[in-house]
Amino acid sequence: MFGLLVLFFFSYRFLTFKILVVVKFESQSFASPLLWANDISCSKSTRISSNSLAALCSIHRAKMDTNLVEMFRAGLNWVTMALDAPSARVVLFGVRIQWHIFVEVLLGFVIVILLSQKSYKPPKRPLTEQEIDELCDEWVPEPLIPPITEDMMHEPPVLESAAGPHTTVNGKDVVNFASANYLGLIGHQKLLESCTSALEKYGVGSCGPRGFYGTIDVHLDCETRISKFLSTPDTILYSYGLSTMFSTIPCFCKKGDIIVADEGVHWGIQNGLQLSRSTIVYFKHNDMDSLRSTLEKIMTKNKRSKNLRRYIVAEAVYQNSGQIAPLDEIVKLKEKYKFRVILDESNSFGVLGRSGRGLAEHHGVPIEKIDVVTAAMGHALATEGGFCTGNARIIDYQRLSSSGYVFSASLPPYLASAAITAIDVIDQNPELLVKMKHNIALLWKGLKDIKGMSLASDPESPIVFLKLEKSSGSTKEDLLLLEKMADRALKEDSLLVVSSKKSFLDKCRLPVGIKLLVSAGHSESDLVKVSESLKRLASELLL
Amino acid sequence: MITIPYLTAVSTYFSYGLLFAFGQLRDYSRLIFDWCSTNNLQGYAPICLAHEDFYIRRLYHRIQDCFNRPISSAPDSWVDVIERYSNDNNKTLKRTTKSTRCLNLGSYNYLGFGSFDEYCTPRVIESLKKFSASTCSSRVDAGTTSVHAELEECVANYVGKPAAIVTGMGFATNSAIIPVLIGKGGLIISDSLNHTSIVNGARGSGATIRVFQHNTPAHLERVLKEQIAEGQPRTHRPWKKIIVVVEGIYSMEGEICQLPEIVSVCKKYKAYVYLDEAHSIGAIGKTGRGVCELLGVDTADVDIMMGTFTKSFGSCGGYIAGSKDLIQYLKYHCPAHLYATSISTPSAQQIISAIKVILGEDGSNRGAQKLARIRENSNFFRAELQKMGFEVLGDNDSPVMPIMLYNPAKIPAFSRECLRENVAVVVVGFPATPLLLARARICISASHSREDLIKALKVISKAGDLTGIKYFPAAPKKQEEEKDRIKLD
Repeated sequence: MFGLLVLFFFSYRFLTFKILVVVKFESQSFASPLLWANDISCSKSTRISSNSLAALCSIHRAKMDTNLVEMFRAGLNWVTMALDAPSARVVLFGVRIQWHIFVEVLLGFVIVILLSQKSYKPPKRPLTEQEIDELCDEWVPEPLIPPITEDMMHEPPVLESAAGPHTTVNGKDVVNFASANYLGLIGHQKLLESCTSALEKYGVGSCGPRGFYGTIDVHLDCETRISKFLSTPDTILYSYGLSTMFSTIPCFCKKGDIIVADEGVHWGIQNGLQLSRSTIVYFKHNDMDSLRSTLEKIMTKNKRSKNLRRYIVAEAVYQNSGQIAPLDEIVKLKEKYKFRVILDESNSFGVLGRSGRGLAEHHGVPIEKIDVVTAAMGHALATEGGFCTGNARIIDYQRLSSSGYVFSASLPPYLASAAITAIDVIDQNPELLVKMKHNIALLWKGLKDIKGMSLASDPESPIVFLKLEKSSGSTKEDLLLLEKMADRALKEDSLLVVSSKKSFLDKCRLPVGIKLLVSAGHSESDLVKVSESLKRLASELLL
Repeated sequence: MITIPYLTAVSTYFSYGLLFAFGQLRDYSRLIFDWCSTNNLQGYAPICLAHEDFYIRRLYHRIQDCFNRPISSAPDSWVDVIERYSNDNNKTLKRTTKSTRCLNLGSYNYLGFGSFDEYCTPRVIESLKKFSASTCSSRVDAGTTSVHAELEECVANYVGKPAAIVTGMGFATNSAIIPVLIGKGGLIISDSLNHTSIVNGARGSGATIRVFQHNTPAHLERVLKEQIAEGQPRTHRPWKKIIVVVEGIYSMEGEICQLPEIVSVCKKYKAYVYLDEAHSIGAIGKTGRGVCELLGVDTADVDIMMGTFTKSFGSCGGYIAGSKDLIQYLKYHCPAHLYATSISTPSAQQIISAIKVILGEDGSNRGAQKLARIRENSNFFRAELQKMGFEVLGDNDSPVMPIMLYNPAKIPAFSRECLRENVAVVVVGFPATPLLLARARICISASHSREDLIKALKVISKAGDLTGIKYFPAAPKKQEEEKDRIKLD
């Protein structure tokens, strides 16, 4: 309302020029300015006549009453005379200021009145103390957790010996296909020796974060060893595999940045993406056409995205499906659209490539092309923790900004020393890798003609993933069925195989299935046994 | 609340201003030098944020040698600190083969389990031989060994809850479990000085987060009342549930949580209590059972008890203890249980053995001695520091005692001065603390002998005189007041 008035004040100031022109013809006919005024009030805004054009309105009424016209004319003459003082003869922008200054003063006066008045506010009636207390009394919270259902009561097998290729459950020897012990390093004599000597020297824990005397020389040695192995400039160690991704991603991606991620990434990455608060776009699982069109869309649709940090997030071997990411394609696309790549090598480090140096070696891509490489050491290296490797700037930046590094106790030294030894073992024993690849091929051969299920993983991936051919439509029922299958395999055939697990927090919607983790330590008969058993169980349960 | 002397505040701001000005100056001059050099990253936005990068390059690098000091021994009462040198004005630090033996006042080795222990270590090595270092599998798959099962039972008994779940990392425990317990439509009321892992977990959960003034039950009550009355933002629907998250001992303040008052407030308003005992479990209380035991709170009143094994137990990992149903639910849904590798078996064994020692189940009274020693050591050290006129934060019985430094220049000065006299201390500045409140932090261990502490006091006093951080007069009267105040708390 007030704004309108001010607007009008200025528009009037502008219009006066035109009115003035009319006023010049005053002596000929008095009606013409009135018509003018009418015109203005209609065409400009109806509100004009209602408030601020009080003077002109009265003129309007004068049409009907000549007496009034006379009076107004007299008044106007008086005003003209009064304003005809030398001061009113100022010429502004080539316009002589005459009686209309009266209207302007009036308008100004109205503005001042409106300004001095309080704006209308609905009366505030805050809740009284009593009402608040009542609300607090009435509020009934939900229980902390929903009621426990039958399917939550599932207990995992308890191992009575090391989780090597063969382990003991309930006193029975079972073949283990559930540990990511790809190179069979669990129980390796050299690893045990290095762990023992580290335990004797350093104790178990490091009792502090890296910043505060939790940096032990083996941590630094381990970082150097990994860098040397992968020929990257620098490496940073994390104390837990899971925390590696959810600390690294938020370190480089902040609000406003764009992340294009595969829809099949595991929970650690999903959590990292969520914590980064960036704009996240998913592309179809391992589908390069989908990735290309996603990148294309981002770069053409939003001009601003050229100035933002842009990342592609992928896993080398997908934990949820056993697929291998086509890194050569990704690198081509990344260079074309100028994205950076964050790659999780948790299941490919030590496994893929001629000498176990991971996905980059597998595809013959120089490792410098990948900006950030992360990996968990709880798989092929048979220890714990994780690392991130890349150029010195990226690593240095994490040492001060990465939450899982700065605010968490460092990796127990014996695990770091085990990692160093494990890398040495990989370097010195290339036959382990050959054996593992041979085992994967054997298992594929054995499972090729399985009924009711199909192999969904990459033939070179150490994760052999069997998905249901006919899904019941509900993940929950599928999972129950698969769990039953795994249970029977353990009971009847002494085989530790596992089905996928789904937390309600996990947003990955890939089909569930049976996951077999192949190790170099498995013998040929183990692999024959598992394929025979699964074939039998599949035909009994699924057909 | 910390009250900063006016003059100190001004000089601190001035120091940061000066550092900032010189940093900017250096950046500009560098810009001129870099004018000709080609940039091969055209088309990419810089990967590091400008202001954080500025902080690292121009402020942090100057004092980098005070942090990340590598050691070449166990984090015991005395450590071998490796000497480092720099050829490029502290930008990068290189290790030498030399090391100095220093008194360790920095590690969270509260009960002295951080190094070789006559009871624990042989058992740990035995379990290493039997189970190897890792299971390479998650807990639900093949990651549960008999040691893990024993550990969970042992922890539940120790903290006084029906059941417990153990994860491989303390940080991940918080950040992976809070999202399972609460989601959209829920409210997390968090202490303003809670640890980053809690903040991460709360953010990851999608619940609304409100903060109450550090360790102030009265403010918590006000926030609770307000929030319950108002309901969810915009829709004003009632909250689904409210979880109040507090820590047992605040690691940067050394303060012990006012748990009895907080629990009674939460009970009154039907909010759930989540207690993070990362620093307090094992370190305080008559039998080391943490803040509940120390302050006489029934563990049944605390809905979710979380803690870590990295500190008092000298291992790694974390736990959640609670009702049987809660733990069963977590075992079915917690991502750290489903997707992460299980805690390393020797580490698990270390925790079991350490708990046995603490409870005297090893057949000796070493545990009780350790607990008595840490309390004595802490109270002695705190009292002495206060007598000298240092501004020491925290409560009695707490083994964590921050000494206020304030000025940025005093951070490296104090740290280097102590190191020169073979005492390793931790100094903390922005961003871990507010800009003005830089501090040194002392962590007392049960493995410190009285002579160690007296030596440390001497060195700290000397360094304190040099750097001028004795903000209080060393008058005995003042100190009496301090004592009274703490008792009232």
